Amino acid sequence: MNDAPQYPLGENASAAIAAASGRRLSEITLEALASGELSSADLQIQAETLRAQARVAHQAGYAQLAENLMRAAELTAVPNEELLRMYETLRPGRASYDEMIAMAERLEGAYAAVQNARLVREAAQVYLTRGLARKA
Amino acid sequence: MNRSKRFAILAERDINKETFVEPWPEAGLIVTDSPYDPHPSLRIDHATGKVIELDGKSRESFDALDTFIAEHGIDLSTAEEAMATPSLKLARMLADINVPAADIRRLVVGCTPAKLCDIMRHMNVLEMMMGLAKMRARRVPANQAHVTNKREHPALLAADAAEAVLRGFSEVETTVGVARYAPLNALAILIGSQTGPGGVLTQCSVEESLGLRIALKGLTSYAETLSVYGTERTFVDGDDTPWSKSFLAAAYASRGVKVRFTSGTGSEALMGHAEGCSMLYLEARCLAITRGAGSQGVQNGSISCIALPESLPGGVRAVLAENLLASMLGLEVASGNDALASHSAIRKAAKLMLQFIPGTDFIFSGYSAVPRRDNLFGGGNFDAEDFDDYNVLQRDMQIDGGVRPITEQEANDIRRHAALAIQAVYVELGFPPISDEEVNAAVYGHASEDMPMRDVVADLAAADRFLAGAQTVLDVVAALQQRGFDNTAANILEMGRQRVIGDYLQPAAIFKPQAQTATGSRPVFRVSSAINGPNDYTGPGTGYRVEGKRWEEMQNLPQVKSPRDFIADQIGGNSPRLVEIGAAKTSVQREVILAVGPGFGSALNKTINGVDHEQVLEAILTGVAREGLTARIVKVYQSSDCAYIGYIGSQLSGSGIAIGLQSRGTTVIHKRGLARLNNLELFPQSPSLTLQTYELIGRNAARYAKGEPVKPVPVQVDNWARLRLIVKTALLHRRETDEVRDKPPAELLFNWEPDV
Repeated sequence: MNDAPQYPLGENASAAIAAASGRRLSEITLEALASGELSSADLQIQAETLRAQARVAHQAGYAQLAENLMRAAELTAVPNEELLRMYETLRPGRASYDEMIAMAERLEGAYAAVQNARLVREAAQVYLTRGLARKA
Repeated sequence: MNRSKRFAILAERDINKETFVEPWPEAGLIVTDSPYDPHPSLRIDHATGKVIELDGKSRESFDALDTFIAEHGIDLSTAEEAMATPSLKLARMLADINVPAADIRRLVVGCTPAKLCDIMRHMNVLEMMMGLAKMRARRVPANQAHVTNKREHPALLAADAAEAVLRGFSEVETTVGVARYAPLNALAILIGSQTGPGGVLTQCSVEESLGLRIALKGLTSYAETLSVYGTERTFVDGDDTPWSKSFLAAAYASRGVKVRFTSGTGSEALMGHAEGCSMLYLEARCLAITRGAGSQGVQNGSISCIALPESLPGGVRAVLAENLLASMLGLEVASGNDALASHSAIRKAAKLMLQFIPGTDFIFSGYSAVPRRDNLFGGGNFDAEDFDDYNVLQRDMQIDGGVRPITEQEANDIRRHAALAIQAVYVELGFPPISDEEVNAAVYGHASEDMPMRDVVADLAAADRFLAGAQTVLDVVAALQQRGFDNTAANILEMGRQRVIGDYLQPAAIFKPQAQTATGSRPVFRVSSAINGPNDYTGPGTGYRVEGKRWEEMQNLPQVKSPRDFIADQIGGNSPRLVEIGAAKTSVQREVILAVGPGFGSALNKTINGVDHEQVLEAILTGVAREGLTARIVKVYQSSDCAYIGYIGSQLSGSGIAIGLQSRGTTVIHKRGLARLNNLELFPQSPSLTLQTYELIGRNAARYAKGEPVKPVPVQVDNWARLRLIVKTALLHRRETDEVRDKPPAELLFNWEPDV
């Protein structure tokens, strides 16, 4: 994680920033809203921006926060409702070991969310050992 | 046993409404150093790079929390060095201004929870405060407000949020009485907080999934409800695990929402699963998990459990220790003070000082910006009725507590603007209307009871539709724009743009709003975080100092007056009935000398409590006359000091008795032969001296002159008078002192005959 952009990105790299929709930051304006051009995806952060923020955090010595932001970048691809379901699945006693592994596979397969998948697999193992997985 | 009146009064004091207990480690009722706390240890298998022993436990007996801490919560690159460094040395580094924060942080992130507690064991609160001042993440401290009300009235929520921002709070948090209100309450404080300068982060504290839904709509920008606990069973009772919390943190961040975890001493004991460990040790585990999960910060400092550590010896020290531990680990700290800490005003303010003086990223998490009875969190250690006290504390100590004084007019204006904005949005979004009467009530009201009742069923139905429907923050911005609330619309949209940028996801980030350059231009919210504004304190002359505009703002309380016109009522011209007739002479008559100060009846005309100087003379002379004597009046020029005025008078008096009288009214009865600062009777509390007292003073002086037995004049003792009038006292004395001349006393003729 080298080449961290200069923080704050809003002041130093705003030209390079776009919303999850692809709309440039400079095009997110009251005028655009008034003419009906904006949708909620125009106020959502992009994976690329989260990765840039992760590089900023990492360079400043906040390794765990950087990892969190990298996981967040992966999760931008997951739709809202599924994201809520996934969180629910990870709560204690909700899912069996196999269901958790299946969720890890989906994270990896459908969303290329490799780091999240790793976290879920780690959780599945611990839940199994500690009786926190639902009995299948 | 007879009841001691003193002990009976003490028993009634506020402090004795609290519960104090002795430690009971088995129940988790011990703040630090439980006999069941593990000893620090760490063993790493270098072949696999895995932790195989953590605080006395081997890997095979790890519970879920141990595993998470071992995998994510300790930086193994410095762990062995850190664990080998004596705890005392680390403690001394924390208190040593010559050791920069980074040198300490590099090591402590490699410490196990038990090692972290071992460092704290060596520190007293003063040393911890030094440590906190240095380890705090952000250079400039800030503050968070709670805005809630029992009736969950949208206009009052908006108005209170707007006022909170005007008062300087950088974050505003709301919550619900009834969970279904959540989207509407989040909306109300969003609109309120973006009225005026804007740039304030907001959140609605509710159940995690609901909180995430509200954030997804763009109604909130941060979440700090991600609670973690120090034992596995408590964690599971909280319906989460470190992994689900990690996932949730990433989920929030993926939607551009700032995340702060919550933990605090006492929660495990309260939930019945402390496993015999001390509160601080369990909190150290929480902090390792918080950092390991990638949260940028934590809300800690016992939070809603504060009364539990406070019931135990060393509780307040332990709460400071947990704040310090979090800051050592590089976490943003929102340092509690968010629940009532005491019945006693002394104790609650003293407790606050431990965070207020060193400064934390958010001194309160949060400060109740509404009256305590309307606070749906823990009541707040300080509330809206303490605003003036808090501003005075900042001014007294020149400490930035993140709040600024405001005027009533400013508050009314911004409250109205916010209430009108939410009224407009309710119309545009098709919610049950907010009447003009409700708007007015929200502007001038103080609490829920000042608000008209709303149709709760209709509001909740609207809340349900809003949560389930497609409307988002963009519809709110459009509604505001439609109704002419351009500034608020622009601020909320800018918060949305900031969500796209993500700068506020970094540690300890807040916005410092800038004045808009032109109307209609985009607002500028400058982010300030541990990345671009890291705390650089290393002792005197370094770090954040309260100065310049901020210090000026903190000084200018609306209650502050100019002292220049304080004594306007006392200042006058020469009294026409009081004429100087030459140098005062000594005499052998049986008389009383009434010696007045150099400003008496000339530069000054009234005493401190507004009694006319001429009337004072009349009263004293009447008293003397009633005893069959006369008094000569002399003006002393050499001194403005009461004792000296009386002393000089006694040298001139035929009887040796003199009354010394300062212009502000302070009086002494002096006798020749006594030391200058000694006296027969002294009346130092000029504000409580009445004409009746002055007459009695005259009588007693005459009786001394006659050599008769004298019962001293009874005086009132009002110790508050000095508190109230000290500035006036100083200024009156200064004015009299201006009249001091190097010339002998003059005899005065007073054109008046006693009516005796």
